[in-house]
Amino acid sequence: MSIDKATAPHAPATSHASPAPTEPERTGPITALRGRLRRGDLGMLPVVVSLVLITVFFTVQEPAFISGRNLSNLIVQMTVTGTLAIGLVLVLLIGEIDLSAGSVLGTAAAVLGVLLTLHSWPWWAAIIAALAVGTAIGAFHGAWRAIFGVPTFVITLAGFLGWYGVQQHLLGSNGTINVFDDHIAWLTSTYVPPAAGWAIAVVAVATLAFVRLRSARPSERPRALIAVAVVAVLALLFVGVLNTYNGVPTVFLILVAMITVFDILTRRTQFGRHIYAVGGSDEASRRAGISLRKIRILVFALAGFMAAVAAVIAVSRNQSAGTLTGGGTQMLEAIAAAVIGGTSLFGGRGTVWAALFGALVLASVANGIDLLGQPTDIKFIVTGLILLVAVTIDALSRRKSKSATR
Amino acid sequence: MLTASPYTGPLLQLSGVVKNFGAVRALRGADFEVSAGEVVALCGDNGAGKSTLVKTIAGVHQPDGGSIRFEGKEVALHSPDAATDLGIATVYQDLALCDNLDIVSNMFLGRELYRKALFGLDIGAAGRLLDESAMTGKAEQVLADLQVTTVTDVRAQVASLSGGQRQAVAIARAVMWNSKVVVLDEPTAALGVAQTEQVAQLIKRLRTQGLGVVLISHDLHQVFELADRIDVLRFGARSVSVRRAETTPAAIVAAITGADANGAAA
Repeated sequence: MSIDKATAPHAPATSHASPAPTEPERTGPITALRGRLRRGDLGMLPVVVSLVLITVFFTVQEPAFISGRNLSNLIVQMTVTGTLAIGLVLVLLIGEIDLSAGSVLGTAAAVLGVLLTLHSWPWWAAIIAALAVGTAIGAFHGAWRAIFGVPTFVITLAGFLGWYGVQQHLLGSNGTINVFDDHIAWLTSTYVPPAAGWAIAVVAVATLAFVRLRSARPSERPRALIAVAVVAVLALLFVGVLNTYNGVPTVFLILVAMITVFDILTRRTQFGRHIYAVGGSDEASRRAGISLRKIRILVFALAGFMAAVAAVIAVSRNQSAGTLTGGGTQMLEAIAAAVIGGTSLFGGRGTVWAALFGALVLASVANGIDLLGQPTDIKFIVTGLILLVAVTIDALSRRKSKSATR
Repeated sequence: MLTASPYTGPLLQLSGVVKNFGAVRALRGADFEVSAGEVVALCGDNGAGKSTLVKTIAGVHQPDGGSIRFEGKEVALHSPDAATDLGIATVYQDLALCDNLDIVSNMFLGRELYRKALFGLDIGAAGRLLDESAMTGKAEQVLADLQVTTVTDVRAQVASLSGGQRQAVAIARAVMWNSKVVVLDEPTAALGVAQTEQVAQLIKRLRTQGLGVVLISHDLHQVFELADRIDVLRFGARSVSVRRAETTPAAIVAAITGADANGAAA
């Protein structure tokens, strides 16, 4: 807890003795961090630390891990999960769950493939149709929750099965539809030229520094400065390493851009404030006049939209839409990414950046284990353990923040 | 905020209010009034109709009979919003705060100050950029006006606050929107001694600022410390309404339980 000397309320002295504040006032980032630890509000600290540890571990074992080529592959691999996880973060923030994301991805991919290949739609029209289908499916899940009050665990479990059926039906007897379209292939096969990569990184860091330092109150400035410095070093290192290969993959830049948009939406707008409020206490939100129905329907619609965006990326990468698209462990990995990134399963805590960092952790582990020539079974066991640790941190934080209440 | 009204009679006046839930007659012709700058304690045993009366004032329940006057004019409180719009704020025992948000966000929840992101074009809540510095400033101002000195950082998460601080935040939020009457449902039931004292000071300040305060409390010590007038509800109607100076705790207990003042059953 820190006090802002310039703007703190100056209470006039009164005849009755005002009880002293309950805790001593101190300032500085260390105190702020200790306060967060005590409250159990760790945010993204665990995932960033894990990411550093994972990188160091695999680099020591196999230096090729941080080569430009490997890093480039790794981040293209994680974009589908990362995109899907954005929608899941939003859903988790309002205290709900979406188990249908993989099937919705598959259905949107099937729509895209069928329209492009079998009906010869132009690429842009097919993409718009796929995005519209994903959004409509998500809105349907949200509306069902809002109107009937059925738990979303069950609604989206039904969706997981039902939409997988729709996906298979759309693909028909073909099973897999090959998609050869230059525009769609462009998404995951091109790179930002090295010079442009540097320029984007510098502009992004400068913008972040400007926004953070302007909005931070004087007491928060040291912390904001440290945060900006860390981001600057990481971003420049990242671009530097990728530029030793082909440059920053276009699809990764798009993912970061989408996360930035959603970060602004969730943390800087009234709609975003209401998302966090509903996740924190739906009763308090309702009494404050927030329409729970509207928030739930919109958030699920956004999750459906992001599943469809992930579908476009998946089709681009696989150059096909098939019955396996969005299947397997895809949906569970996206949920795992959101949780590993520090989004609480209990609602109201976390940021959209969790999607990126969580997906990076999962992809790094998978990639590193492949690189060391270890079998797939090890990969699943390690991934499972990481998820277990992440949810345990979440549960313990929640217990801590509850006990810190009184 | 907190303006005194030119009208001098009771701010809020309920007469002969009846409320039935099926066969249960929760209120059978209850009277109640509170004036500006007055703290009225509402006492009564469980089931006496306190909650029903509070919810009628808050616009949650609509009475089946009787009348409600606000500043002398007859009003219909057909929804909680209607009550809030008139200037009747209710702070329930559970406080209805979002633990995961900070104090400012809670105080402005549902009424955030914002700027339109898209050059004045209003596309709904998603296009409204929160004006955090304006909200922070106003929140600090409101807490300073109420002399809430226990809250030092308005950007602290509510999860990190003590029970007394939470109560202060909930009360400040309730009265910051031009409220004239504030109903406090058991504001200190869950608090320790020091925090109860803080909330008591806050209630005195609300009175000084000219609000009508309705205090529901089981704590007779507190009732006698704070209230200007004490009303006792029994079997859904007001059985006693006395100035504090004209009664004793024993008499109030007797009125609540239905015993006479000597302790014998009525």
